[in-house]
Amino acid sequence: MSGLSGMMPSGVTGRGLVLLVLAALGLAVAPFVADRYLVSVLTTVLWFAYVGQAWNVMMGFSGLLSLGHALYVGLGAYVSAAVFVHFGIGPWAGMVLAMLVAVVAGCVIGFLGFRFGVKGVHFALLTIAFAEVARIGFDHITWVGGSGGFFLPVEAGASDPLNLRGSPVLFYYVALALVVGALFLSRALLHSRLGYQWLAVREEPDAAEASGVDLFRARMTAVAVSSALTALGGVFQAFYFNNLFPEQVFSMGRSIEIILPAIVGGIGTLVGPILGAFILTPLGEALTFLIEAGGLDLPGLKQLFYGAALVAIVVFRPEGVWPWLARRLRLVRQPGEGA
Amino acid sequence: MPIDYYLNIAASGLLTGLVYGLAALGLSVIFGVVRVVNFAHGEMMVAGMYGAVLLGGWLGLDPLLSAPLMAALLFACGWLLQRGLVNKFVERPEHMQFILLLGIATILVNAMLMLFGPDARNVQVPYSFDTVEIGSMLLDAVRLRAGAAAIVVAAALFAFFRFSRTGKAIRACADNPLGARVVGLNIDGLYALTFGIGAAVVGVAGALMTLLVDARPQLAPEYTLLSFIIVIVGGLGSLPGALLGGVLIGMSEALAGFLLTPSMKSLFSYGVLIVVLLLRPQGLLGKRS
Repeated sequence: MSGLSGMMPSGVTGRGLVLLVLAALGLAVAPFVADRYLVSVLTTVLWFAYVGQAWNVMMGFSGLLSLGHALYVGLGAYVSAAVFVHFGIGPWAGMVLAMLVAVVAGCVIGFLGFRFGVKGVHFALLTIAFAEVARIGFDHITWVGGSGGFFLPVEAGASDPLNLRGSPVLFYYVALALVVGALFLSRALLHSRLGYQWLAVREEPDAAEASGVDLFRARMTAVAVSSALTALGGVFQAFYFNNLFPEQVFSMGRSIEIILPAIVGGIGTLVGPILGAFILTPLGEALTFLIEAGGLDLPGLKQLFYGAALVAIVVFRPEGVWPWLARRLRLVRQPGEGA
Repeated sequence: MPIDYYLNIAASGLLTGLVYGLAALGLSVIFGVVRVVNFAHGEMMVAGMYGAVLLGGWLGLDPLLSAPLMAALLFACGWLLQRGLVNKFVERPEHMQFILLLGIATILVNAMLMLFGPDARNVQVPYSFDTVEIGSMLLDAVRLRAGAAAIVVAAALFAFFRFSRTGKAIRACADNPLGARVVGLNIDGLYALTFGIGAAVVGVAGALMTLLVDARPQLAPEYTLLSFIIVIVGGLGSLPGALLGGVLIGMSEALAGFLLTPSMKSLFSYGVLIVVLLLRPQGLLGKRS
């Protein structure tokens, strides 16, 4: 597989390492030099990088196409927000519960799907179906506001990091920590016994099974890890935006936004989802800016360009931008170049 | 009599379901042959709706008469799309096909939003408010006509695949692409033809749908998902299955909208989908692969 070189971070060249360190440093000091707007854009970028990474565990590492990841974001967001509002339980405890609920939901879908042999497109549709059922269901759960939305209390100027209440800069660093954490976790997983099993299951399920890999277990752990990580993204979202609407949180559109960074950046690679988020969110912002500057304020124009950009990326860089970029800039060692 | 009431609702749902089924038929044809899931299906359907709305506004054309024109237009679009873009993706992984068609869907739906605005638009027909009495049931004239037209188009499609040489060639392609190539069939040409036919069918379904629903760009993703549900319930690649699925989903929507609240009607459809995926993943009339 051609994407393999981009996938193995152990093959990073000196040049790649320097660039990686520079990028990390830049992100670490960004809030000291950037204005409010830029910090909020960067926080969005980091959020998508994080959930993209979480989705990548399922699709990129294990070959399970989920088009319903908004379900785990939504469950994480609603569970943590509900226990905070109704019982005063803070997000650091709430997130454990949120992850637990998301994992249970993921395992139910996974169990049904894998036990009944639902594969490929059918599995993707099963994930969409569950996310849609949750969307419509939460519209009717009045305990968390129903379709009218669920709101977290906001106190101006509050600074209570223990309850994830504070300035945008606090949220920026939390998002950055999530991305860094997910990156190292993904890296560790990929180099573990489990990670190799996932890759084997993704590439050749029959051969993997023949060599003793428990397909069901490998796939279930992928779903569990991915849904737990994604739920954390939901907890962040709930406390960052302080409002939740089923129509947004669980929507099909949200599920698509989650998978785009990884696909644009490079599925199955570690850097891909992060790079993809850094391409897509600024692209959207730039389009908004250009359209406003050009005085062409037509609703839909921005999304139209966005769609065209998607088509262009998938036509010209089908394996994603990162594997190509890494090769061009020699950020990773090419096969045969030696260690 | 309450039983008449339910019968009436079920019958209306059945007629709407026939139009749904026709739309899903287009999706099923494309997937069955080209093996690409057309994620821009609902967008094409809404394009058909707007075409009928425009023709109705300019020329006073009845949607039933706009339908063949929409079929021709969408056939050309589908053919070009397959030739120009989708054909390169036939051998690529599913998620890439998904992103390509998602991009196309995004372009289509937003182009329509820019051209026609977010407000609902409809076609005026002289029989809008007529009802027809059949036994103890009272059915809308528009619904009867749309359902009947859907049956006619579906029958024509079945006949084409069953009896025409081209239809048989397409079925050969679907059964065994390699074998079809070996006996000298032009696979790429047949794929383009199939995508064109699928698009034409959904264009007709869109034109017919304007008799029942006002056209809005926001309908597009809903119809894409609806077509998927129907096709999975009926069985991917099975043409009678798509019609049966459409009728089932149409009736369950109508009854759920009546028994529960209208906002929960699609919950029912997803429920049906989940049950079918688990108990009979190949769909009601699909063959196990």
